[in-house]
Parts: sequence; structure tokens; C-alpha cells
Amino acid sequence: MSFINYSSREINCKLVYYGPGLCGKTTNLQYIYNKTKPDAKGKMISLATETERTLFFDFLPLSLGEIRGFRTRFHLYTVPGQVFYDASRKLILKGVDGVCFVADSQLERMEANIESLENLRENLADQGYELDKLPYCIQYNKRDLPSVVPVEELSELLNPTRVPEFDAVATTGIGVFDTLKALAKQVLTELRKGS
Amino acid sequence: MQETSALNGLTQTVMYVDEVKQIQAVSDRLHQDSRARAILVVDKNGQLIASAGAASELDTTSLSSLVAGNVAATGGIAKLIEEEEFTGQYHEGKGISVHMTIVSRRVILVVLFDKNTTHGLVRLRVKKATVELERVLEEVTKKAKTPQVNVFAEITDADIDNLFND
Ligand SMILES: Nc1nc2c(ncn2[C@@H]2O[C@H](COP(=O)(O)OP(=O)(O)O)[C@@H](O)[C@H]2O)c(=O)[nH]1
Ligand SMILES: [Mg+2]
Repeated sequence: MSFINYSSREINCKLVYYGPGLCGKTTNLQYIYNKTKPDAKGKMISLATETERTLFFDFLPLSLGEIRGFRTRFHLYTVPGQVFYDASRKLILKGVDGVCFVADSQLERMEANIESLENLRENLADQGYELDKLPYCIQYNKRDLPSVVPVEELSELLNPTRVPEFDAVATTGIGVFDTLKALAKQVLTELRKGS
Repeated sequence: MQETSALNGLTQTVMYVDEVKQIQAVSDRLHQDSRARAILVVDKNGQLIASAGAASELDTTSLSSLVAGNVAATGGIAKLIEEEEFTGQYHEGKGISVHMTIVSRRVILVVLFDKNTTHGLVRLRVKKATVELERVLEEVTKKAKTPQVNVFAEITDADIDNLFND
């Protein structure tokens, strides 16, 4: 839920990176963190297990420029991908303003992608949201790997509604900012519609 | 604070200057009366609304997000065991302790305190502050029912694009 503070003149929006385990959600945030100027970011927090698997969420606060005298801030969250963390995923979706679905392009992860996308729909519905009405984009990550499914096929399978989609290699940053910008733009456009 | 449903089912929280001022005043008073180190008032989604005391020495953005995550997780536990909602939490540290209270189901009042005060005094003062906050939030809910101007209605594609040009 976007949060507009007339006192501090700030807009805060919450973006969530969703997707199956190991698809590269945390890597997206790490790349954004590493490439953002110190004055435009806060600390990145990762609530992870000892083996660096996301346990609850990663959190990265970004501060972009001003719009109409209001400083725009985006709070980026990732969810834990593993199936058994479903209760945590639901909590993180609370108050979401925009979702990026990160798909793992590898053939052997197709099942996991489909399952995770269905899970996203269900969990949003539980909170009273509809994915198709939310600012939403898809990222096809790990394009550098040998066993990737062609983008056209991925798109047909995972993006029937034709939301903005991006190829990515999160480890080297390809597509990472394009994805973020596309999502942030949709969220701000939504603000314009107001309530 | 105004919470409205948009057409798409998205909700928005809007805080106006007057309300923030009142919440700030409650925080300042609580800080003094309880002799705490710092006070944070955080929205349940992790946005900081007001702070008092030594808050400037803290990473309040991170703290707000973690406090909200913590409260959300505890709320999830409450739901599972069919408790209505835990109304507060207390974590005792060697140097600093944290007392958290949920107010009107929508904001979290966080008190960080040390040996300069006691948990008993903090609890007592928090009770009073909670009542005051509830009153402010109630007023706010009333106000939310009257439509306000959307200052963002006028933003252009260029405004949005400019944000990303650096
Ligand atoms: N080859 C390759 N590996 C990636 C890419 N993105 C992430 N990874 C790796 O995939 C693993 C899981 O990434 P992580 O971000 O932790 O996944 P998460 O579970 O979605 O948060 C890590 O070892 C990353 O380095 C990519 O684009 N290409
Ligand atoms: Mg992760």
C-alpha cells in the first residue's frame, strides 16, 4: 500500500520480488544495492539461514528523486522461495504496491516457475488482491546458462496477459534495472489514478 | 492517516501534517515521561511515522521494516493458534530493551530503553500514550471518510521518467 506522508513530503511504495527458490531474487537486490549511490540507499537486510537461503525476507530501501516536491522511496522485498515458507510469503505480500515475478529460465525449473506463479496468485487473492490488477512485471533470469528455455516459450507459458517482461542475468546485472524501472513506473502511474 | 481502497483493490495510506504533528507530540511526551532512549511510531507495513529521542542515531528505516516484519510474523502465529492478536512484545537485552505495542491494529509503538528507566515505568507511560494515539487514529479515520485532493493526479510521464535519469 503506498504511503504518502504530507508531513515529511514522502511517498513510500512496496515492491516485492517473487519466484521459486534460487531463481535469483536476492541476487537482483544485491546488484541494485551494489550499483546504487550511497545517498540513495539504506542498508540491505537479509534474514537468511546459515546457508544464505532467504528465511523471511530481504529488504532494500531506495530513495529516488522528487516528484512534485515529494521524495519517492521504494522498499524492495524478496520472499523466501522454498515451498514450506508459504506462511512467510503471505505476510510479505501485505501492503504490496507492485510485484516482479522472477522466473528461472532453466528447463528443469519450469515446473517450479509455474507452481510459484500459481502460489503468487493464490496468496495475493488471500490478501484481497488480484495479480492482473496490480502493477506487475516478469523477469526471465539466468539467460547465461546453457539449458535455458527460449523466451518466446517462457512468455507463452508464464505471461499470458503480456505484462512487461525482461531477459536478465542478475549475477552480472543484465536486465536488473530495466525490470525495476518498469515496475516502479507502473506503481507511480497507479498513484496518479489515486483512489 | 487515511486508508482508502482504490479501484484495483490496492489501498493507500495518507498522512496529513496535522496528524503527524499530533503523533509526534505523543512520541515526544512518551520519550520524556518514560525516560526511554528512543520512541518510534511505525505503520504496520513498516513505514516510520514519527520518532523521538535518540532515534537519529538509529537506522530507523531498517528498524521499522524489521519491527513490522516481526509483528506480522507474531500476528501469523496468533492466527494459527487462534489468538485474536498479541497486543505487544517485549525483548530484554543486556544494554537496551525493546517494548512494542500495537495500537488500533494499525500502528506499532516502539520504545527502546536502557538502565535509565524501568520496564514498569515504560509500561505505565505506554498505556497512557496508547490511549492518546488511539484517539488521534480515530479522528484520522473520521477524516478519511471525506474525500481529499490527490496531488499526484497531475503527474506526467515525464515526471516519472525524470526520476530514473541520473
Ligand atoms: N548463472 C547464473 N546464476 C545466477 C543468476 N542469478 C542468480 N544466480 C545464482 O543462483 C543462486 C541463487 O540465487 P539467489 O539470488 O539466492 O536466489 P533466490 O532464492 O531467488 O533469492 C546463486 O548462487 C546466484 O549466484 C543468473 O542470472 N545466472
Ligand atoms: Mg533469496
